[in-house]
Amino acid sequence: MELSVLVQQFFNALTLGSIYALIALGYTMVYGIIELINFAHGDVFMVGAFTAFWLLTVPLALHGSVDNPVLLAGILLLIFTVVMVFMGIVGVVIERFAYRPLRNAPRLAPLLTAIGVSFILQNIIQVVFGSSPRRTPQIFGNDARFDLLGASISFRGVFIFLLALGLIFALQAFVGRTRLGRAMRSTAQDREAAQLMGVNINRTIAITFFIGSALAGAGGVVYGLHFGQIGFTIGFSAGLKAFTAAVLGGIGNTTGAALGGFFIGFVEVYSGQFGLFRWSEALVFAVLILVLVFRPSGLLGQPLTERA
Amino acid sequence: MTIQDDAERRDLSSGDRMPGGLAPVRGFFEAHRSISVIVGMALVGLALPLVVMLPPFSTFQAGAAWMNNFTLAGVYILLALGLNIVVGLAGLLDLGYAAFFAIGSYTYAFGASPFSGLHIPFWPMLLIGALMAAIFGVLLGAPTLRLRGDYLAIVTLGFGEIVPIVFKNSDTYTRGTNGISSLYPPDLLGYRFSTIEILPFYIVMLLLVTLAMILIYRLQESRLGRSWMAIREDELAAASNGINTVTTKLLAFALGASTAGLAGVFSSAKLTFTGPDQFLFTVSFTVLAMVVLGGMGNIWGVALGAFILYMIQSVLLKGLNQFFDAVPVPILSDIDFVQYQFLLYGLALVSMMLLRPEGLFPSKRRRRELHTAAPGDDAAATPAQEAGGALQ
Repeated sequence: MELSVLVQQFFNALTLGSIYALIALGYTMVYGIIELINFAHGDVFMVGAFTAFWLLTVPLALHGSVDNPVLLAGILLLIFTVVMVFMGIVGVVIERFAYRPLRNAPRLAPLLTAIGVSFILQNIIQVVFGSSPRRTPQIFGNDARFDLLGASISFRGVFIFLLALGLIFALQAFVGRTRLGRAMRSTAQDREAAQLMGVNINRTIAITFFIGSALAGAGGVVYGLHFGQIGFTIGFSAGLKAFTAAVLGGIGNTTGAALGGFFIGFVEVYSGQFGLFRWSEALVFAVLILVLVFRPSGLLGQPLTERA
Repeated sequence: MTIQDDAERRDLSSGDRMPGGLAPVRGFFEAHRSISVIVGMALVGLALPLVVMLPPFSTFQAGAAWMNNFTLAGVYILLALGLNIVVGLAGLLDLGYAAFFAIGSYTYAFGASPFSGLHIPFWPMLLIGALMAAIFGVLLGAPTLRLRGDYLAIVTLGFGEIVPIVFKNSDTYTRGTNGISSLYPPDLLGYRFSTIEILPFYIVMLLLVTLAMILIYRLQESRLGRSWMAIREDELAAASNGINTVTTKLLAFALGASTAGLAGVFSSAKLTFTGPDQFLFTVSFTVLAMVVLGGMGNIWGVALGAFILYMIQSVLLKGLNQFFDAVPVPILSDIDFVQYQFLLYGLALVSMMLLRPEGLFPSKRRRRELHTAAPGDDAAATPAQEAGGALQ
């Protein structure tokens, strides 16, 4: 195989991995704090992609590329801010109405509401935007590229990777260094003890959902920019792959989730490169099953046992 | 705590007693589950063809179309009964249940179609299909049932995705997206079932559902069934009492899978076709909604839930579309009701879990389990509210 193809695919994998990493962070944070697999998370990502699509096409009325770099930066800033805040609020609302009332119910109950919410979100988008895929305007020009080792790298891909990296490090700093981050970690470790130490549990969990959903929203914007085409079912497979990434990295561990996201991006891109395109999804799920069977605690996670 | 429990138990048992002369009849049927299932199914099986001949139903669609719907609803009833073993009795969340349905269906396609060149009769294929599904259930369950319950949900979700992909991509063996068609219909003593004559399929379906219900009732009240419920309610306590949790869960998984395999064989023999698009995640989700809506753990409830949801999905929503096409009502005529099917299921799941987690037709034990947790929650929530705001 030629070097240029490998380099090209390497960058493709980084871009795809960025999307999975952004979604995986939300899964891992929510699981870390309330031990719930938030099945609706992939659909929050999908709604984010559609919100960006709506913003670009309706209020901004954009249909082609934006060549003025200052204007482009302004539009990106606007879209990411609006979508992330909106999706954050959606996440908080979902938590408030579908998960919080069931926090002490048997484990099966919130899992089932999560699946229900997932289908509600999909159906709303299907009804509002229709069943057929929609084209997101490609605001990055197609010839905004540079050559590296014979591969043609788009600025769009570089932007996506840097953005994901920036958000991942910002999250790390938030969880590791701020007072709210400490509240989150203590709640994850022992909810009752944290409560006794004066942590407002409900608010901490709501903030976790806000951040996780905002990151998924950012992932949705990135997905639209990268692939240019979105449909109401993208949340399902992207969510499942991102969950695989979170499990692979060790669920509850944000660094692990980010690394896992990039790993899944690489598995998918290179399996496609080596002629297994139709099997790449099956391969990702096979990775998931293998990880769960042989190392359920993931690469960086703590061993978990059934809650007594 | 124990006093409260006892008081509740007394409340429940007194509430269940029927007034007056019905008590001995009810007592007899509660003591003889198999007889009550046979009698109940016979009545339902006779009543359905008669009811659809009456005005409100007969104007809606022809009797044969109704019978066809009932027969296909039976497939979903079988699926729901099987998933009920896994989710309702053992408390394991299986999100890839359609995979076992697919395995049963393809097993029949391999065993009885011109494509494979084999023609194994339908009746042994029922067993073979159930067995194949059970084998895959064990293969998937053995390594994964040791995991925490919610990981199992994800593994089964992944499995449910992989199986249709494998069937779709293995063109040489499965004809890919085209699916395998012109499967041989069942034979019985020289009588050949045909796709035109629906009644024989209807009768076979009734028998299969009756058989499945009897077996599951028997299982539920056996030592194994009680172990499932013990695991569902508290796995640690069950293990401490000497229940081998892995084997017990594995059996639930295998038996649930085999019911889906049975449904798969029947469905592909009835449709004389099988293809990968019949087994997408939406099928698993629909069956799950049926189980939850009907009342996890209650066999009659789950069967009824499946029947109702199937009828809503395949008759009512389409009927509403036709009705409002014919009768122009401003907004309602423009709505494609079928499109809202999953919104309906999603809302049903969320609201059932929030308002009535035991389902529409709950089992007694499940209701107690879900509702005795509530007072404890309130007690736990109070200090949280008191402590609230201290972080500022």
